[in-house]
Amino acid sequence: MGAALDRVTRLEPALHAFLHLTADEARQEARGWDGRYARKGSALPPLAGLPVALKDNLCTRGLPTTAGSRILEGWIPPYDATVVERLRAAGAIILGKTNLDEFAMGSSTENSAFGPTRNPWDPTRVPGGSSGGSAAAVAAGFVPLALGSDTGGSIRQPAGFCGVVGFKPTYGRVSRYGLIAFASSLDQIGPITRTVADAALLFGVLAGRDALDSTTADAPMPDLSAVLNGGVRGLRIGLPREAFGEGLRDEVRGAVTAAAETLRDLGATLVDIALPAIAYALPTYYLIATSEASTNLARYDGVQYGLRVPAAGLYEMYTQTRAQGFGAEVKRRIMLGTYALSAGYYEGFFLKAQRVRTRIRQEFEAAFASADLVLMPTSPTVAFPFGEKTADPLQMYLADVYTIPVNLAGLPGVSIPCGLAGGLPVGLQLIGRALDDETVLRAAHAYERATEWHTYRPRGTGEPGTGNVGTGGAQR
Amino acid sequence: MSIDRATIDYVARLARLALTDEERALLTRQLMDILAHFSMLQALDTGAVEPTSDVVGLANVVRDDVPGPCLPRDAVLEAAPEAEAGYVKVPAVIEAESEP
Repeated sequence: MGAALDRVTRLEPALHAFLHLTADEARQEARGWDGRYARKGSALPPLAGLPVALKDNLCTRGLPTTAGSRILEGWIPPYDATVVERLRAAGAIILGKTNLDEFAMGSSTENSAFGPTRNPWDPTRVPGGSSGGSAAAVAAGFVPLALGSDTGGSIRQPAGFCGVVGFKPTYGRVSRYGLIAFASSLDQIGPITRTVADAALLFGVLAGRDALDSTTADAPMPDLSAVLNGGVRGLRIGLPREAFGEGLRDEVRGAVTAAAETLRDLGATLVDIALPAIAYALPTYYLIATSEASTNLARYDGVQYGLRVPAAGLYEMYTQTRAQGFGAEVKRRIMLGTYALSAGYYEGFFLKAQRVRTRIRQEFEAAFASADLVLMPTSPTVAFPFGEKTADPLQMYLADVYTIPVNLAGLPGVSIPCGLAGGLPVGLQLIGRALDDETVLRAAHAYERATEWHTYRPRGTGEPGTGNVGTGGAQR
Repeated sequence: MSIDRATIDYVARLARLALTDEERALLTRQLMDILAHFSMLQALDTGAVEPTSDVVGLANVVRDDVPGPCLPRDAVLEAAPEAEAGYVKVPAVIEAESEP
């Protein structure tokens, strides 16, 4: 804990991974665990004394929770999210709340009302988003474990951009109770870690049926530590040709193709698959996600919590509170979603998108008849410079083109480091059948064991005195 | 499809959002661009396909009808912008909703 806090003191001012730090409480709690480690024979819970960072859209009793928005600035939740309760019960120590795009809407953390997070690999570039603070905190060595949420790629894309592991479980594996809702049919909480084994450990703590979230799966969980070392021999891994076409940068294609060959050398079989409908995933996702968001965010009206702009009448209080409390991207998405749900457009936009969503699910199902996993890039590019995509929402949306289909189909997906391009990490994405989270993690673990990409760190985040954050390039 | 200022004003009212003139101009242009791009969906034939609203396939998940603990009223009211006598306080309701 001491080493983690030293790195935070040294590097956090330049990175801005956290919105709220609980360093003093964490230090105190760690001392308590030290005493228990020292006593022989006392059984310790699985995460005893381990520091964890939480994305700031997870409710924490007694700790501010903003979702990166002015409309919740200063709000202190009176309850813990189910995942927070489970982390506490497992002995984890909360080190702080991490930065995110406002209400998890974005791919770069540039939409945070409290300023962006910087990528530890290069401070002129974004860490990805929306869980950019959590990914940067793990990459910088602040914490070994962090939680993110993933609606269209918000765990996997920043993990890829920051050279760490990000796992989005099957929809329904992890309770969403206490996660500030963005798009409820797509949102899923998951781990961001240094290694696949750590992601599996954390996932094991988080997963399971929760009476407070009626969408949680009542399916048995395998003992992940027992299956993780099973290797990939005999696994069929499908490469969708549509994911390797136009828009994919050559250096990313090269690293991801090489990763597929490594998995083949380890005993997997590579097969060609077709997912033609993923060409329609982006509009499908943005129509469904914004529609759900427009209703989920109706609750921020200045009545029960958060910001209230005083006004003479109720209608004006609503509209002024929301005008001042929400940022530009959130307003844009509320407007888009409200439009897609409004009379006359519902059939043509929202319902149409839901039908295309079915097509995308069916194509994945068909693909899983001839493949056990699907492999593709996490993102079409490496981390991009600040400001590159902020003026054009459509360009920003394209950053999630490979992660979005996975949410639409509700499948498990992981991003793991598979290369460096120009000194910046490249992410490899592996996708599995619904509820087959274990095969995704098993294959990712096999790849990690056979390669060294996960051992690279951004310069300046190792031992104190080795340099400054983001002087570029990597060190091992 | 065309998005004009009147559409933007109508949708903003549905969404309970007050917009500045600059925001209205920007959103008119951006929503038009985005929706023009999204109309590519119409090219995909989805005639007999059922819409997906959830991927888990669960239906009628119920729990036993037993009272459980709920949040303490004091803690909830403390987080409210304005409270009085055990209630959340808001401006007058009746005349407000008859606006534009």
